[in-house]
Amino acid sequence: MRHSLANFLLPIGAIIAALGLFGVFVWFAGVNPVEVWLLLFKGAFGDWYSWQNTLQRAAPLMLTALCVAIPARAGLVVIGGEGALVLGGLACAGLAQALPLPANFTGTVLVCLAAAAAGALWIALAGWLRQYRGINETISSLLLAYVAIGLFKHLVEGPLRDPSSLNKPSTFALAEGLRISGIAGSDVHWGLVIGVLACLAAGLWFRLTPSGFAVRVVGGNPCAAQLVGLPASRLILLACALGGAGAGLAGAIEVAAVHTNANVALIAGYGYAGILVSFIARHHPVAVIPVAILFGGFGAAGSLLQRRLGLPDASVLLLQGIAFVLILASEALRDTDWKALFLRLSRFGPSEPSPIVIPGLTPAPRMADQARNDKP
Amino acid sequence: MTADQLLIFLAGIVGGALRVGAPFLFVSLGECITEKSGRINLGLEGVLVLSAMSAFGASHLSGSPWIGVLAAAATGGLLATLHGLLCSLPRVNDIATGIALMLLGTGLAFYLGKPLIQPQAAQLPAIALGNWSNSAAVRSALQVNVLVPIGLALAVALWWAFANTRAGLLVRMAGDSALATRALGYSVAGIRIAATAAGGMVAGLGGASLTLFYPGSWNEGISSGQGLIAVALVIFARWSPLRCVGAALLFGGAGAIGPALQSVGISWGYHLFNIVPYVLTLLILVITCRPGTTVAGSPGELSSTSR
Repeated sequence: MRHSLANFLLPIGAIIAALGLFGVFVWFAGVNPVEVWLLLFKGAFGDWYSWQNTLQRAAPLMLTALCVAIPARAGLVVIGGEGALVLGGLACAGLAQALPLPANFTGTVLVCLAAAAAGALWIALAGWLRQYRGINETISSLLLAYVAIGLFKHLVEGPLRDPSSLNKPSTFALAEGLRISGIAGSDVHWGLVIGVLACLAAGLWFRLTPSGFAVRVVGGNPCAAQLVGLPASRLILLACALGGAGAGLAGAIEVAAVHTNANVALIAGYGYAGILVSFIARHHPVAVIPVAILFGGFGAAGSLLQRRLGLPDASVLLLQGIAFVLILASEALRDTDWKALFLRLSRFGPSEPSPIVIPGLTPAPRMADQARNDKP
Repeated sequence: MTADQLLIFLAGIVGGALRVGAPFLFVSLGECITEKSGRINLGLEGVLVLSAMSAFGASHLSGSPWIGVLAAAATGGLLATLHGLLCSLPRVNDIATGIALMLLGTGLAFYLGKPLIQPQAAQLPAIALGNWSNSAAVRSALQVNVLVPIGLALAVALWWAFANTRAGLLVRMAGDSALATRALGYSVAGIRIAATAAGGMVAGLGGASLTLFYPGSWNEGISSGQGLIAVALVIFARWSPLRCVGAALLFGGAGAIGPALQSVGISWGYHLFNIVPYVLTLLILVITCRPGTTVAGSPGELSSTSR
């Protein structure tokens, strides 16, 4: 119980602190922080129009966050989701260009599958390099992301280019029937449903299936996994492939629902924002859903901050950076004995020694006390 | 390709190796100091971008590129200190912190550097190595960053210091055995924070050479993973500052292939040649790393190479 409470309160506290610190930054730029906070909220969740924008951005964030969360459960820190995303978008546009696909639901499923396969292979490559070549997966996955972006630019500006796209090189547009449409005529597309379902499916997989449980064992305690004879390498590759499939799918959704063709606008940093979302969600697939909506909202509000207050478009990136640092730092507070701290602070002067706390021997503070003291 | 074009192309590669390689050199030396102390700082990518921005800004405001260089070292040191402090907290992992600082550094740089995209800043002077040639193209290709000799001297100094000075030995001890360091009465966290900060300052010089020499302007695409390549370079250089020089030059050369081909009029596959450094890094990692073993020369406490 104690830990599950901290699981909620620490990230929430960190996000609130990040918003506060961000306020200090914009205050230095001569902008009223209260106005910024209000605009962030309004631009994200203020009206139906902002909600549409928010949910549109949340869909790829959920899927790229899965690209971090699923391998993280297997003990890997994979940060190359951006690469899987652009390759997914490329595979989606490329398949539609290369084969005469039926312009209906089947065709859409096929391009999505192609994108998922491309992303899965790309991230599985990082997993393979780690398991069979001993290369740190964090470094290799990010390097692979740069390789993927280079390949993407080469193909989009060369072999796959639509000759009629003059200023902005892009592939041929997807046929009308292949595109992913909005839900009930709104701007929110079915990609959101795919994202939510993927998160729920990943959560259930970890919770209910033997293979999902085995992946968690491999990530939690590699020695125990070895002792009970789990095929660690295969499970890690599976986790990487599933994560990569998520990010690849995000690319297909961006192409099929938003851009209609593959062009450099696809490289919008969803892969990197997904890292943050996954870390805040503590790599829990279901928790990814609300966190992705929150950060999709911040992204949506970013343009409003730019238009109304003249803040640079990188403001949201700065907010993300601050939130990331604070979310990691908040982990240090996890073991803090809040009751002892509160007692020590409420006493004036160092005249009395603070009570000595021995972990495991001193009884844990009661829930009520903790709930009160945990609030930042 | 005629002989003349070949000469220009080769001069472009050699000059590019020195020019493009300069940021690699500084960041890999900085990462080398950090990793010798037993921590890995992936945030040097963020340090590189932020210090590039502050170098450009300081040079633009003061009119002196050297003030820009100092500003770059200072901001690099500050951001790296943040990494060092965060990693000293309980339960905070250095790789995750590095990713966070990558994001924070780029976010801060883009946020603060928005007004700097248009203006010009005073640039660092160049050392002309191409005066022997009659060709203007060769001469302009062999203009070398004045920071490069400083970097080379720094590499030699570090190599000497790691073997012969008290500070160098302390850093190596903290990297090889935290227990031994504690047993001798030194603070492991203190040494690591100091080494990370020093590494950030050195990496900051790499940022200065990006905006104050080549490419010589500030924009949001100034660094695309050079900081991260440098982290991988240190593994390739097996934690030796001298080998970092060779590795940085190799990567500079690889990164210069695209622009050098463009300078002789070949523009096909520009993006493909630009990914050569990344592919080369991966290939080198494949060759140097072996599963289940640590790389020779690796600091014992490092989390990136031992599992």
